[in-house]
Parts: sequence; structure tokens; C-alpha cells
Amino acid sequence: MTQQFYVSPEQLMKDRADFARKGIARGRSVIVISCEDGIALVAENPSPSLHKIGEIYDKIAFAAVGKYNEFESLRQAGVRYADVRGYSYDREDVTARGLASVYAQSLGAVFTAEQKPFEVELAVAEVGASQDLDHLYRLTFDGSIADEHNFIVMGGQADKVSGAVEGGWQRDLSFAAAIRLAVKGLVTDNETPDLPAKALEVAVLDRSSESNRGTRRAFRRLSDQDVVELLAEES
Amino acid sequence: MQETTANKVAAHSTSSFTEHLQRDRPELLPQYTPFASGTPAGQPLGVPHATTIVAMTYAGGIVMAGDRRATMGNIIASRHIEKVFPADQYSVLGIAGTAGIAIDLTRLFQVELEHYEKIEGTLLSLDGKANRLGAMIRGNLPMALQGLAVVPLFAGFDTAAGIGRLFSYDVTGGRYEEQEHHAVGSGSMFARGALKKLWRPNLPEDEAIAVAVESLYDAADDDSATGGPDPVRQLWPVVYAVNRAGARRVSERELATMAGNIIESRAAARREA
Repeated sequence: MTQQFYVSPEQLMKDRADFARKGIARGRSVIVISCEDGIALVAENPSPSLHKIGEIYDKIAFAAVGKYNEFESLRQAGVRYADVRGYSYDREDVTARGLASVYAQSLGAVFTAEQKPFEVELAVAEVGASQDLDHLYRLTFDGSIADEHNFIVMGGQADKVSGAVEGGWQRDLSFAAAIRLAVKGLVTDNETPDLPAKALEVAVLDRSSESNRGTRRAFRRLSDQDVVELLAEES
Repeated sequence: MQETTANKVAAHSTSSFTEHLQRDRPELLPQYTPFASGTPAGQPLGVPHATTIVAMTYAGGIVMAGDRRATMGNIIASRHIEKVFPADQYSVLGIAGTAGIAIDLTRLFQVELEHYEKIEGTLLSLDGKANRLGAMIRGNLPMALQGLAVVPLFAGFDTAAGIGRLFSYDVTGGRYEEQEHHAVGSGSMFARGALKKLWRPNLPEDEAIAVAVESLYDAADDDSATGGPDPVRQLWPVVYAVNRAGARRVSERELATMAGNIIESRAAARREA
């Protein structure tokens, strides 16, 4: 029988964390911004069908960076959790807080118990009736959960991008302005100076979807055409 | 098949909410186990029954309307019940039969469609939705044999074909595509008679809505379980129109005017029968 080498728990956790961080750092950034019209979610994603941003429930959206198969399984689990909860209680009883804590628990369990941790970072966003009631949660690979304000930046060059977004963030941004700000942030980690609409994935959680579109489902994916128009609105 | 991880993952991935519940939370699904003894013969169970639904195609889509009455034997159980629901963005569902079971079923069907859309990132085809509803109705067959039947009418805009389509069902889940127009429920015979005379191909939307309201008026005239427009309580039928732009609930104001016109013209004609 081969002798198992002793590895201290500290070292084991550190190795796992480094492994996960490396995986996430390879990915492109995703930005979630709370603004006056609602919450804008912007990702750099050349694929038109493999989404990094998704709808979870009426007022709740999901954004992720990292390995596609891992965050996609988490997204589907989130949709199932939300739909079961909304079906067994009521639609109002599905909250981002509940979902985020389920995500935190499953990420934490995978981090300690499985062969390898998930190489993902997630954002769960819930749009409220007013900007003060918006909720943004950031979840990392080890199951830590953070309640963020105003915006979240995730991905490889998060610090650099975050600096750019922080400089331009204001309370009263419209969707168009928030998306432009996010794109401005995204290009800071790029060699190329601009991002075409085709390389972007943009979605919004509309604060007043009931009155604007007659539906309680606030999530709306913007087409390339919409994004081109929004980016062209500049000045 | 071998119990490999890949097999397990594949077996566990489903886009159907009902399948997910069956596997993980079966206690949440409507459980309709028939009673051992059944209800005494000839005695209808004292639960509300929903009545008449009409639906028709028009130029560019479909219209579905339902009256507002639920009955329990000879008693009016509700004057306000709503029996036409949006199933998703492009389809609507009207229910006749045992109200409690039908409302449960509608809720499950709505979640089923939304769940599929969110998991798959695309809408189910209209035929897919109609088949799914058929399977759910078939699941209720044991209860239907006990007298608690649910008979839906399903209609929607087929975005691929660019037309509005209607589907009716029987209690065994049989799905039948209907042409032009259809009605279900206790007053459906009279509503269908009215539709035969009032409906014509390529009606404009507002006329189609008026035809729906008038056919329900005729059903209410001869069927005691169907409620007519109620100007005293300001109650009008629930009407949805579905076209390329999606489903829209027709406003109370529009319906009040249309119902008012029908009552006025009938009063002016001074007809007795």
C-alpha cells in the first residue's frame, strides 16, 4: 500500500483556492450595474447562444464567469429552486437572498467535499421597486457571499475594470448610460480599444416592467441591434 | 445502461418542471387518487364548476373569452371567477369543469412553460405546448371518472407558421385541433350556435372580440350556469386577444362598451326568444 503524504488542511484549502482563482482569472469579465431604470448586466461573450447571463425569476437575474458547464448547472439549479418555491408558496416569496444563500451552501459544499472546487464566480441580482431596494450578491467559488452595492465586477481583470466603473458610476444612470459605462470598463482589460456589439451579451432587469411591457418578468435580453443603438446614443 | 456519471447527468437533466417535481418533490404535484367508494351515484360533489369558454381565430391571431360564473349545483358559487388565463407570451388557456382542479392545473401549466423557456432559452413550439397540456389532462383521468373533469380550450399564436390556432381536449387527454372557432363548457352548444352565425373569416380584432362577447351573451341567455354581462356589478367576460405581438387582456372599458352595445341592440329589437 502506498503511503499517503500528510497535507495540512490550510495547505489543502489554499491549493484549492489557488486552483479556482486561476481558472476564473482566465475568463472575460462580467459587470452588473444597478441604475435608475433597473439593473443592467453586461458580459463580454462572443457566443450568441452560450449565455453567461440568465433569467432566474420575475425580478431575479444571474450572471457568471468561469467554466461554462459548472455555472450552467448552477443556473439551472437556481431556476428549479425558484420555480419550485414560487409554485409551492407564491411568486412574491422568491427572493434573491434565499437563492444566494442556497448557492453559497452548494458552492461551499463542493469546495470542501468534492475532488475539485467549482471554477466560477456568480452574481445574483434582484431589482426592487426603488434603487434602495435593489439587491446584488456576489458568490465566490468557496461559498463566501457578499452583499454588494451599486455594481459588481467579476472575472479576470476585475480590479482594473472595477476602477473604471467606479469612476463613472452615478445614482441616476439610465440603462443606456449604464451599459456604455460597463462597455467602457470592459475595454480596459482588452488590448483592442473597442468592443463590437456582437462580442457583448447584454440583458436588463427592468424596474417598471409591469407598466412598460405589461409583464411581471423584468428580465429582458437585448439584441445586437438594440445594443448598437444604445452605444451609438453617446453624447 | 451502465451507471456512469455521464449517464446519471443525462438522466437527471430535464427541461420539464413537472418531471422535476415528480422526481424531487412529488408531494407538490396535484395528487388525485380516487376515493375508494366514489361519490354516491347521482349526487354531484359540492364543488364549484366553471362554465363556458369560447375561442375563435381572426385576421392575425385568436380571441378567447370566458364568462364570470362558477356554479355549485343550483347555487352560483362565484360571480367573479376568471377562467381564461395567459399560459405564456403567445398562448392562452380557458378552463371548463371542476374549478379547483382546473385552476391548479393552469398554475402548473404556466410554470411548466416558463420553466422550459428559462432552462432552454427558447419558447416551446405551439404544438409542444398543446401536447404538454394534453398529457396533464390525461393525468387527471382518474378524477374525471369520479365526476371531477377538467376540459380546457387552448389557443395561441404559432410564431413559426404565423397564424393563430385552436386546440380542444377530451378528458382522456385527446387533443383536437379546431378550425375557425370552438366553445367548451355547459353553455357551449348555444355559444357555438351563435358563433356559426356571427363568425366570418378574417374578422378584424375588435369585431372578433364583439363576436366573442355576443356568443357568451347567447350562451348565458339559455344556460343557467353561464353568466351574462352584469351592468349592475360592472362585470364583463374575461377576454384575451393573441397575435404576433403577444397576448393582451382586453380592457374593462372596451368590454363595457361592447356589452352595452349588445344589450342595447337586443333591447331595441324587442325580441322575446
